[in-house]
Amino acid sequence: MATSSVSKGCFVFKPNFKKRKISVPIEEYFNEGKNESEDSKLRFETYQLIWQQMKSETEQMQEELNKNLFDSLIKFLQKSHSGFQKNSRDWGCQIKLREIPTAALILGVNVTDHEFTFRSLTEAVQNNVTPYVVSLQARDCPDMKHFLQKVFSQLMDCRVDVESKEEEKDIQKRTHCSMDSLSSWYMNVTQKTDPGKPRKKRTSSQWQSPPVVLILKDMESFTTKVLQDFIIISSQHLHEFPLILIFGIATSPVIIHRLLPHAVSSMLCIEIFQSLSCKEHLTTVIDKLLLTTQFPFKLSEKVLQILTSIFLYYDFSIQNFIKGLQLSLLEHFYSQPLSVLCCNLPEAKRRIHFLSDNQCENIRRLPSFRRYVEKQATEKQVALLTNERFLKEETQSLLESLHVYHTNYFLALRCLHQFTSSLPKYPLGRQIRELYCTCLEKNIWDSEEYASALQLLRMLAKDELMTILQKCCSVLKSSSEKQLGSTAKRIEELLAQLQSLDEVKEEEDASGSQSKGLQKTDLYHLQKSLLEMKELRRTGKKQTKFEILREKVVNFIDSLVREYLLLPETQPLHEVVYFTAAHTLHEHLNAAPRMALHTALNNPYYYLKNEALKSEEGCIPNVAPDICIAYKLHLECSRLINLVDWSEAFATVVTAAEKTDANSITSEERNDIIHARFIRAVSELELLGFIKPTKQKTDHVARLTWGGC
Amino acid sequence: MSHVENVVLCRESQVSTLQSLFGERHHFSFPSIFIYGHTASGKTYVTQTLLKTLELPHVFVNCVECFTLKLLLEQILNRLNYLSSSEDGCSTQITCDTFNDFVRLFKQVTKAKSLKDQTVYIVLDKAEYLRDMEANILPGFLRLQELTDRNVTVIFLSEIIWEKFRPNTGCFEPFVLYFPDYSIGNLQKILSHDHPPEYSADFYAAYINILLGVFYTVCRDLKELRHLAVLNFPKYCEPVVKGEAGERDTRKLWRNIEPHLKKAMQTVYLREISSSQWEKLQKDDTDPEQLEGLSAYTHVELPYYSKFILIAAYLASYNPSRTDKRFFLKHHGKIKKTNFLKKHEKTSNHLLGPKLFPLDRLLAILYSIVDSRVAPTANIFSQDGEL
Repeated sequence: MATSSVSKGCFVFKPNFKKRKISVPIEEYFNEGKNESEDSKLRFETYQLIWQQMKSETEQMQEELNKNLFDSLIKFLQKSHSGFQKNSRDWGCQIKLREIPTAALILGVNVTDHEFTFRSLTEAVQNNVTPYVVSLQARDCPDMKHFLQKVFSQLMDCRVDVESKEEEKDIQKRTHCSMDSLSSWYMNVTQKTDPGKPRKKRTSSQWQSPPVVLILKDMESFTTKVLQDFIIISSQHLHEFPLILIFGIATSPVIIHRLLPHAVSSMLCIEIFQSLSCKEHLTTVIDKLLLTTQFPFKLSEKVLQILTSIFLYYDFSIQNFIKGLQLSLLEHFYSQPLSVLCCNLPEAKRRIHFLSDNQCENIRRLPSFRRYVEKQATEKQVALLTNERFLKEETQSLLESLHVYHTNYFLALRCLHQFTSSLPKYPLGRQIRELYCTCLEKNIWDSEEYASALQLLRMLAKDELMTILQKCCSVLKSSSEKQLGSTAKRIEELLAQLQSLDEVKEEEDASGSQSKGLQKTDLYHLQKSLLEMKELRRTGKKQTKFEILREKVVNFIDSLVREYLLLPETQPLHEVVYFTAAHTLHEHLNAAPRMALHTALNNPYYYLKNEALKSEEGCIPNVAPDICIAYKLHLECSRLINLVDWSEAFATVVTAAEKTDANSITSEERNDIIHARFIRAVSELELLGFIKPTKQKTDHVARLTWGGC
Repeated sequence: MSHVENVVLCRESQVSTLQSLFGERHHFSFPSIFIYGHTASGKTYVTQTLLKTLELPHVFVNCVECFTLKLLLEQILNRLNYLSSSEDGCSTQITCDTFNDFVRLFKQVTKAKSLKDQTVYIVLDKAEYLRDMEANILPGFLRLQELTDRNVTVIFLSEIIWEKFRPNTGCFEPFVLYFPDYSIGNLQKILSHDHPPEYSADFYAAYINILLGVFYTVCRDLKELRHLAVLNFPKYCEPVVKGEAGERDTRKLWRNIEPHLKKAMQTVYLREISSSQWEKLQKDDTDPEQLEGLSAYTHVELPYYSKFILIAAYLASYNPSRTDKRFFLKHHGKIKKTNFLKKHEKTSNHLLGPKLFPLDRLLAILYSIVDSRVAPTANIFSQDGEL
């Protein structure tokens, strides 16, 4: 009845392109909204610069990570049609040539990242193996005809010659795309270029007839029939049309056998290539982008947690992770006026000189800076709060110390990771990102896990301890800066001492091997041995030299942690480089549509920002949009809602709001209007999926949701 | 004729039937011949060699390749055109959309002198694909002789019996010819036929004998067997090449090859590892265990929530919805232990296959099986969509 309404429909509004052309330059957006914002243009430029650096860094990294995979793949492609060149001189060749060489590329479930991989793969293949690369997606090829058409058109585009393009298009129009025409086209192309000038592009490959590489990006979603038919056909034409297939597989290669019957899969010669696991990929991304002083921008613990949990819980997508990183970078530069100083150290020092008075005031307002000021002597306090020049100088030195802090921080973190990553049960996490998160969250030495980790470290065997120390040494040496130089020396000393132990006596060795035996045992034994050790200490039995040394090492790493792994919040001016608004990030990246809908309907002020809509929790403002009133009323009902009651309640609320200008129209007209408004609100709610008409009672609607959210 | 017998082995009776059906060049032949038999029983090979050696005018078309009617008809016509006008060298592309056009054009094409006085053969390989095309195609081809009034014979090659083809109306019964499977003796003979030039025929025959002993129980496909024979032959020859055994030393050779073949049966035959990888293994003489096959990579990493969504979907599809309350609620009240429950335990739900379930139920189960609180976020919804 009432719900069959006018507003049920779909209207298309074409976007007005003319309007968009006059759009503001992007950096202007940085100005909007924040009247106190400073140096917006500079901030935007800094943002762009840093983002460009980060982007190029990630791309380079991805290339490196894919290099192994691509190299082996290209090698496979190159050798797979070498038999084609020899041309059946060999006795066995005739039969083996019937198999289409196929590479099964296992890429993992993070489908969003595949696009990038395939793009670079295509590039690599085009540069190294053959100009003829076709990549297809399942949604483009519902049947054979479309499949071959796609192959055809992409192959035509592969051609380097421009002048012959026209006639080829004619051919394409005239003949239906069939495998026959494809192979004849191929013959044409290869024969044409053979006697003539060799192309520059192909000088690297000495092929007479380069193979045609066909990439099926999402092999799982192709229909079985298309794949089967195509494989059957192309295997018949293989001797005149050298084809190589590359299957992109997201799940597991068993899918090939599940999709294709044996008769068809026996026409393929499949080799498997596995890409890097995305978790490893994430580790390198974090390592290269966040755990480094190369980029001044840092994430706070919560933000990092959100980004990693989205990655681990939802999609495994590196691309999305980097997008999230970009968003937080943008948000940081947008919302924090002092982010001007978030650039490399010399540049930041230069910029400090040009800070305006407002910005100086901003610095003074920073909580971390205020804490710092409070610790200073009174004269200095006054100077910092009044004298701009002094403030600027002080800021310079503070920034410098912040930089030093970061350098030390990451080195110490890596050292600690070397120690903890080999412990049984991983009390502090297996990955360095987990360790980093805990360190950012709180003082790590207060945590229980840290204590247990140290306990475990006290039981390490000698050889393990030595390898860890050696690794630490290399970590410290790898950094160009000499911040922890004394530490490196200290570690070397410890190492030397450990080595010298070797030559000293048998006794120590015995105890060393004993503790090594302990190391390998399970938790129960571990506890037991811990107890024993306590006992030993209590009885005051004399420790061996090795044990003393081990104690030294553990104490050393403990002091290292306590000295350098301080919370970033303790550092003055940390707000400049740390992005903390985890909430906004969460809202943007992990949206909860139902929650948002509920807030919008329940509390319209949240989105509309109209003062009239402000109200206490739980009551309905009369002036709220109709749909909000209807929604609130429906929340009070049970499963079935009587439409008459509902509309009456609605009318009461609405008329209460309009009392002032009630005289202008007759009550009947007004009732009609209110009725119409109600109907519209109800149908809107139906569209949103809160209610639906029911056949149990004709004048009722059924509620579809329960509770607040 | 003796030439045909040399090339085509073990198919003497079929060849002679076909030859008698074809008759003399100018004789009208049977309008349509239907040849069927299992995979790799020599249907295509026999027809092709026969037509070639007898130098009969013929067109050979694979129906898988011609996935539309237009392609199929045009290909036939164009090839015929090429046959008839091979001397002139002029070849214009004929376009043809319907079967009606085809009949008309066919008459034109076969008017040429070279085709006029003899039977033209059209061979349709993989004829089972014709069934999926337009309904008039199959009856049309069956009585092409009648429709065109020309001396033409259509030969269908298929793996499916004629009874499954028979259309409802307008059907002309073709001459049905069955190619039986090769016996083990036949296989032996055929496989031994293509021995490599470096070795004597006897030596190769002994090898084939061993090969068949291992593989005959699982595979009778001639193509597959031939493939396997080629792949494993170098290994068999190894002792001979090294000089450890003579060509006649069969027992020693057998010892050498037998475990190898068994391994091959587990790997190459199932296409767990590709033949090129197998060859490489033979060269390097390493253990194939090291090389992981296709099914070794069964492990799939999934994000945390995706895993739970999958589990929830599984639960929703195999459990009846009335048990949900019992399984997923903490305080579900007492379970009545009645006979009713026992009755249903007999038929496992797994045997009945997955059932449909509403999306709401999936989400409800998901929220209850994940330990921590799951916010109903867009990401989860979108993943549902993808799954």
